[in-house]
Amino acid sequence: MERINIIGAGLAGLSAAITLARGGVGCNLISLQHSERAQSVLAEGGINAALDTMGQQDTFWEHYKDTMTGGGQLADADAVYGLTKHAPDIVRWLTALGVPFHMEQGRLILRNFGGQKKKRTAYAKSSTGKMIVSALIDEARKYEAAGVIERYPHHEFIRLLVDGENGKKSCKGVRIRDTYSGELYDFSGMVILASGGMNGIFPGMTTGTVQNSGDVTATVFAQGVTLSNLEMLQYHPTTIGISGKRCLVTEAARGEGGRLYILRDGAPWYFMEEKYPELKNLMPRDVVSREMYFAARREDCGGQVYLDMTGLSDEIWKKKLSDLREELRRYLGIDPAKEPIPVEPGIHYFMGGIDVDVYHRTNIQNLYAAGECTSQYHGANRLGGNSMLGAIYGGKVAAEHIMSAAGAYFPKEMQKTGAAPAGNSDASERIAVMTDGKAPVLCTVSAEPLTEEASPDFIMRLSKILSDGLGIVRSGQRLQKALYDVQEVEAEAKNLREKNRTALAGAMLRSAMMRTESRGAHYREDYPEKDETLRKKLTASCQEGTVSLNFRQLCDEPEATANDCDLQ
Amino acid sequence: MQVQFDILRSDRQTKEQYVQSILYECADDSETVATALTKINADSAVRDLHGNPVSAIAWECSCLQKKCGACAMLIDGRPRLACDAMLKEFRKKHISLSPLKKFPVVCDLIVDRSILYENLKVIGVWLKKEAERSEKHDDMAYEGSRCLQCGCCLEVCPNFYAGGSFAGMSAFVPTARLLSELPDTQKKELFEAYRAHIYEGCGKSLACRKICPAGIDIDGLLVNSNAMAVWKRVKR
Repeated sequence: MERINIIGAGLAGLSAAITLARGGVGCNLISLQHSERAQSVLAEGGINAALDTMGQQDTFWEHYKDTMTGGGQLADADAVYGLTKHAPDIVRWLTALGVPFHMEQGRLILRNFGGQKKKRTAYAKSSTGKMIVSALIDEARKYEAAGVIERYPHHEFIRLLVDGENGKKSCKGVRIRDTYSGELYDFSGMVILASGGMNGIFPGMTTGTVQNSGDVTATVFAQGVTLSNLEMLQYHPTTIGISGKRCLVTEAARGEGGRLYILRDGAPWYFMEEKYPELKNLMPRDVVSREMYFAARREDCGGQVYLDMTGLSDEIWKKKLSDLREELRRYLGIDPAKEPIPVEPGIHYFMGGIDVDVYHRTNIQNLYAAGECTSQYHGANRLGGNSMLGAIYGGKVAAEHIMSAAGAYFPKEMQKTGAAPAGNSDASERIAVMTDGKAPVLCTVSAEPLTEEASPDFIMRLSKILSDGLGIVRSGQRLQKALYDVQEVEAEAKNLREKNRTALAGAMLRSAMMRTESRGAHYREDYPEKDETLRKKLTASCQEGTVSLNFRQLCDEPEATANDCDLQ
Repeated sequence: MQVQFDILRSDRQTKEQYVQSILYECADDSETVATALTKINADSAVRDLHGNPVSAIAWECSCLQKKCGACAMLIDGRPRLACDAMLKEFRKKHISLSPLKKFPVVCDLIVDRSILYENLKVIGVWLKKEAERSEKHDDMAYEGSRCLQCGCCLEVCPNFYAGGSFAGMSAFVPTARLLSELPDTQKKELFEAYRAHIYEGCGKSLACRKICPAGIDIDGLLVNSNAMAVWKRVKR
């Protein structure tokens, strides 16, 4: 078995690499920068799992239902079923790797998070992502030292190496560039894309990292990889503007008791609490952001929404949110324990992306994808605490499917926790560690047009058009205008990356145009209601430069068995 | 506000270094060195003090909120993160930018920090057995998980040099996490590596403590680690 090529070394990439390595399969872990620089380190609030340690009789079935409901029933039900069912095992595995989740007297403490009725989110202050990434980096290092995982940091994805005609395409490998030397290399073998969200399409407007440029998604789209749900962008309700980007104020601030208000006729109006007496400030993110948008535009209101955390106890600040307090003091000059802070919604997550099935296969043979670059678990809106879970679980499922499809042996404990399908997984002999796959080949092509980057001017123009069309509240008229503007910009695209970005931008806008309803993060003021006939996945594919969009039937929802509803 | 950046640049092939000075008009008070570099690179019309065009300045960045360590460089001679250096802090109108000195320069402000990762492998920073959580050591595990691997601590360390046996604080911090979590019976090898690559090389100048962009409690971690691995004050 050849080494598997993984593009991206954040949580999804690390999880895939470690899973392969544990099964004795070698991989190349290819990333622009080291794992410490991956966006996963920015994840704050926590990771969801129905571990039921808080005496609330939580079950994974409830986690499943909350995820589906929060996602506007647009997520892949079979995939969400696997995700939520295996979430407790994922968190137990992370605990075994030493992630310092908050514990009291030997009991894992879970916190409240948006869109969930039970306490289900494991955390380490508001630096949960950093803690998990650190533990996985150490775990991966064990296999790096043994030569099973081969790291290629400072290497950039250029393109997939694809064979075959439309409909029967197969991935043969990947072309990458060493950004230090400028040299191009061709790596043969299967590929797992774990390249993150498309922040670079909206420079300066997201809470994510700049290295997630969106170029990987744009390139593979042009190469024939099907994308889906592109109209679904998550605006996180509470962000603050800092130099060059939006900075996230974790949902845990509200989970621990923070309240949103706006001044109405001069007095604080806790609009979320008034409108949603059950979940209050912890409604799913799409709902909160939209309510903030409308409240800020009311004539009797002050325009600025505030997050009031002054009621939080000293103990909560010290044990659970000390890092958030320090950050807000620094960036806003405000001590959130003493004064409310002004907040605005900002782009935080891309629910849409590379279309994958329950085993994380794309429409191209031998090409898998996992993490934020994919579209699957989160439907029309992602619940807080499900992103790291989706990335870790997704990377693991992709790796396990590759191994089981190849008949590779993998240990019992992984079969127990993974969603691996039947295959030759009971092979009694462990396959040899694959460290001797074909070495990367120095590529001597004279011209590789994809090495030329999109110009900052071009990127800015495109992002202005997109953000006008794809705001929190959308309309057919504004989308039409944006589409018209994109066509104008398209004519000025000077290189292939600019062309590919434009095609992706056009597909995003057309998806939003085609979804003539309001669901999850996609809100159309000209179609403010949900249309049940559109409860379908909206796919986008590009053949020979022509983009086509289609609504595709979702899989049936699994039925709860008596066992599913039992406490774990 | 206008500032002048004096940037130590280099040719990717010849590695020859030269200083290029650029006048920069800063739009607002909260701008950082990272914002300035982004804007300079986005402006195709920008010229240096001699009227020459400025090619894209090579530098690394990712999160822009001091959580990833990518943009470490020397700013006015001090190792720090470009996203954490607000222009308003600099009273004078000249700000020098240069690459970290203890790592090989790749191009302009980019250095090759591979040695950070190599040293972690030398010490063997990974769990050989399942972690054993104890609430007593939770703070140590948390603090030990916070290192950005930016390299700022090595830059100011009087004892660290590439190729030496002292692995530096960037290798120590993740080691401290393992010391706090490994079952006692599994610690012997790690104790030995700790003594050889951390304890014996560290001259306790603690310059790293002040410079760490993440503000990691390095002396606290050292006290605990020494107690475990050197003085054995912890029941084993």
